[in-house]
Amino acid sequence: MIPLEGQVRIPSGCAVSAMISRDGRRMNGERIIESMVPMHDRSNGLGGGFAAYGIYPEYRDFYALHIFFSSRSAQSACMTLLKEYFEIVQDEHIKVRKMPQITDEPIIRRVFVSPMQSVLRHLQIDEKELVVRVVNRINAQSDGSYVFSCGKNMGAFKAVGFPEDVGRYYRLEEYDAYCWTAHGRYPTNTPGWWGGAHPFCMLDYSIVHNGEISSYDANRRFIEMYGYKCTLQTDTEVITYIADYLLRRQGLTLDEMAAVIAAPFWSTIEGKSGADREKYTYLRTVFPSLLVTGPFSIILGFDGGLMALNDRLKLRSMVVGEQDDMVYIASEEAAIRVMAPEIKNIWSPAGGEPVIVRVKEGAF
Amino acid sequence: MNFYPEFEVVRSDSRCIRCRVCERQCANEVHWYDADGKVMLSDESKCVNCQRCVTLCPTRALKIVKSDCRLRENANYSDQTIKEIYRQAETGGVLLSSMGNPNPLPVYWDRILINASQVTNPPIDPLREPMETRVSLGKKPDHITRNPDGSIDTKLPPQLTLSMPVMFSAMSYGSISYNAHASLARAASALGIYYNTGEGGLHEDFYQYGKNTIVQVASGRFGVHKDYLEAGAAIEIKMGQGAKPGIGGHLPGTKAVGDVSKTRMIPEGSDAISPAPHHDIYSIEDLRQLVYSLKEATEYRLPVIVKVAAVHNIAAIASGIARSGADIIAIDGFRGGTGAAPTRIRDNVGIPIELALAAVDKRLRDEGIRNNVSIICGGSVRSAADVVKAIALGADACYIATAACLAMGCHLCRSCHTGKCNWGIATQRPDLVKRLNPDIGSQRLINLMDAWRHEIKELMGGMGINSIEALRGNRLMLRGVGLTEKELQILGISHAGE
Amino acid sequence: MKRIYVREEWCLGCHLCEYNCAFANSGMTDMVKALRGKTIYPRIQVETDENGVTYAVSCRHCKDPVCVKSCIAGAISQKDGVIEINHDKCVGCLTCVLVCPYGAVVEDGSGVAQKCELCMKNACGAPACVKGCPNGAIVYEERGERE
Repeated sequence: MIPLEGQVRIPSGCAVSAMISRDGRRMNGERIIESMVPMHDRSNGLGGGFAAYGIYPEYRDFYALHIFFSSRSAQSACMTLLKEYFEIVQDEHIKVRKMPQITDEPIIRRVFVSPMQSVLRHLQIDEKELVVRVVNRINAQSDGSYVFSCGKNMGAFKAVGFPEDVGRYYRLEEYDAYCWTAHGRYPTNTPGWWGGAHPFCMLDYSIVHNGEISSYDANRRFIEMYGYKCTLQTDTEVITYIADYLLRRQGLTLDEMAAVIAAPFWSTIEGKSGADREKYTYLRTVFPSLLVTGPFSIILGFDGGLMALNDRLKLRSMVVGEQDDMVYIASEEAAIRVMAPEIKNIWSPAGGEPVIVRVKEGAF
Repeated sequence: MNFYPEFEVVRSDSRCIRCRVCERQCANEVHWYDADGKVMLSDESKCVNCQRCVTLCPTRALKIVKSDCRLRENANYSDQTIKEIYRQAETGGVLLSSMGNPNPLPVYWDRILINASQVTNPPIDPLREPMETRVSLGKKPDHITRNPDGSIDTKLPPQLTLSMPVMFSAMSYGSISYNAHASLARAASALGIYYNTGEGGLHEDFYQYGKNTIVQVASGRFGVHKDYLEAGAAIEIKMGQGAKPGIGGHLPGTKAVGDVSKTRMIPEGSDAISPAPHHDIYSIEDLRQLVYSLKEATEYRLPVIVKVAAVHNIAAIASGIARSGADIIAIDGFRGGTGAAPTRIRDNVGIPIELALAAVDKRLRDEGIRNNVSIICGGSVRSAADVVKAIALGADACYIATAACLAMGCHLCRSCHTGKCNWGIATQRPDLVKRLNPDIGSQRLINLMDAWRHEIKELMGGMGINSIEALRGNRLMLRGVGLTEKELQILGISHAGE
Repeated sequence: MKRIYVREEWCLGCHLCEYNCAFANSGMTDMVKALRGKTIYPRIQVETDENGVTYAVSCRHCKDPVCVKSCIAGAISQKDGVIEINHDKCVGCLTCVLVCPYGAVVEDGSGVAQKCELCMKNACGAPACVKGCPNGAIVYEERGERE
């Protein structure tokens, strides 16, 4: 029997793509879907997905849970659990377009929730921590329910299939986002599972990733000390948890996080001046187990921006393009040229050098 | 009762040139020259098979072989078992042994195999790409704190920084010679790693190597004073030793001579007997008090290591230590060496380091306190491959002592307790001590560590890992062969093929 | 120039240097064949003082060598600092043995004088005693000139 996702570690190659408007202009999903077409061969049809930011302005105060259910009974059990912790603001189908390329679909729901204040007081935690705990619990423990997106005013859309088909399936042309990320998956040892497709999300962080990290188990065993459960055994999952841990729980900045997961070599650190050297030495010394080695290019989406980062040896391709208020990032330049045919300014960031793009304050 | 000797000296008379180097170099007085017959003769009953004569014989005229004259074969009562009974019947004494447990118990290192990258991610070539082996040992803060200007407060608890994850384990001045200590100290200093004083104090000549010295505080408190504590880079509280868990140390009065007695602060010629327990530590809360006493005494500048033998309950013990204020835990497995230990204890007490290490690392992670302490793994780490496996199981660094002794010339004859080490290591006899020239000893230690560092880098590169911290606890990089479900479960690794 | 120096603190008195010297100057390729059953006449000799301290003695290649001056046959010469004995010229008066303040010139077993020539003339090419010393007690190095 072929093992299912989560029962075995799944390395995979991939394609990534992203576009963001620094002015906070909202764009539909047409162009990001198109950008995946020239990179078709970087996927093998076993997973594609998108994350979109700014798509639920009317529900911006509520957590948008995107959930796969394998059955009605799983759905009702999960909803019962959610109601213990949250007010359910809205519970609806995510609209899809039936197509022959996408099969074996689960029940796909979107649930807007608001944490109950009484629960927060009782558990003595903030609302983000509550969302994390409940989502982790559902994903780790309950059979047949899988929350694949749980941020505010953002959402992930993913399925088994080629990314361009997945985009059409989810009717992404009907959503308007100031930032889109996309992913096509090339897993090497799984039959493919909807939940295993990227992006992988935690709160408003979403990660699309291309690579196979060699530090996986060191990273996993460390991060699992802090309440995270790596149920999928994928790189993306563990990188998402690392990002959540460093950014939300340790309060690091994006640059500081980059200095942990793609830490400069000691020889580079020695060459830096006083305060910088101290900072980098400190971060590497304090978080050695969160250094990520092996090839990766990731795009981390978050509320109000995104960050792209390569492993420190740049063992995976990633290019960045800039035109007016737009920034494009992709595994291949071809993808950027689809999104912005006239683009002039294209470059390849160095390994370990984060590219951080933020939307103008108050623009979204 | 007389036995036929355990070893035979086989001398090829047709090769022997009568240079008598064998005679001059055998502290056990096995060889002598018979001027009448113009031949070399030998008394094999004194031979310990240290191979000093074999090594120095310029014409390879000598070899030492195991005698085949044995008592009648018996799978239950082996020749050795019977002879030990005879010896005890004769003397009424406790049997003594040296170095690590030689019995054919499982060596888990040899049942673990290492991964390499193929296709889906690239191996990294250490000749062409940077490959980092530097590690920092010590407590890591739980939370980042920031200064008023928003920058990170970079003050850290005291750390030991190693250029590679290997250090020289505790061997006291007394159990080993001045020149052995000089070799270790100089090598550690040149390599950017650490050596450990053991419970024998620190000879005044070696204070200059303090930056690379771990000073030990053991149950006898020999050689401990304020300057000693402040001289080192870290303080190690020795609660136990893998070769002899549950008992203290014993330096015979014959070794407590001259500078040894001065350094230990004991009268010349008196036996230095460390008690089995620390008499101020009968429980974990007492340990905490000693940890903090030592930290107070050194103004919280130095990390404190607590060294324990790997025993059945090691995971819980380590968890207790991690909460005692200690910065680093050193675990010493049952195959670890010793200068002298009761044979029955050495061969029957304690557990394998591989299992102990895996259990401790897992327990500390389960309890969420793995970051409170670093783990040092010792007790028969024999090669760079063992180091890589130990790191992948969860160790931050390894302690080596037997391998270090071998680098200095030890031939593992396991006769340290006789004090007549022909290689100048485990002896205080001046004519023997001078056989270890620290210029050579330190260079050989440096060579060994350089070689291991290269091999560690090759193995890491193969796995696609370019920094040692990404290997630590990375158990997916390991697979077991020929291990039971239970063993795999304890080691936290899958079987090869899975 | 590079000279042989002994470090008595590391000399073990094992006498291996003597045998290595004798072999190196034997002209043979097998030590057993060269030395077995023979009395050796090495050019380096291990001495023991009254305290039991051992040290190897060989020619120091003095800057102003008495042996050269004392040779009645003109058999001893100094070339690039290295003092050599021409065995064909040596008449075996052994005056050099008597005048050497270090006892570094010795009789070679056949009646003529011999001394360390730093293995320059034999197959070794570098001092065999240094190479063979198990404890680094004999070194061959540049330490600057002396009288």
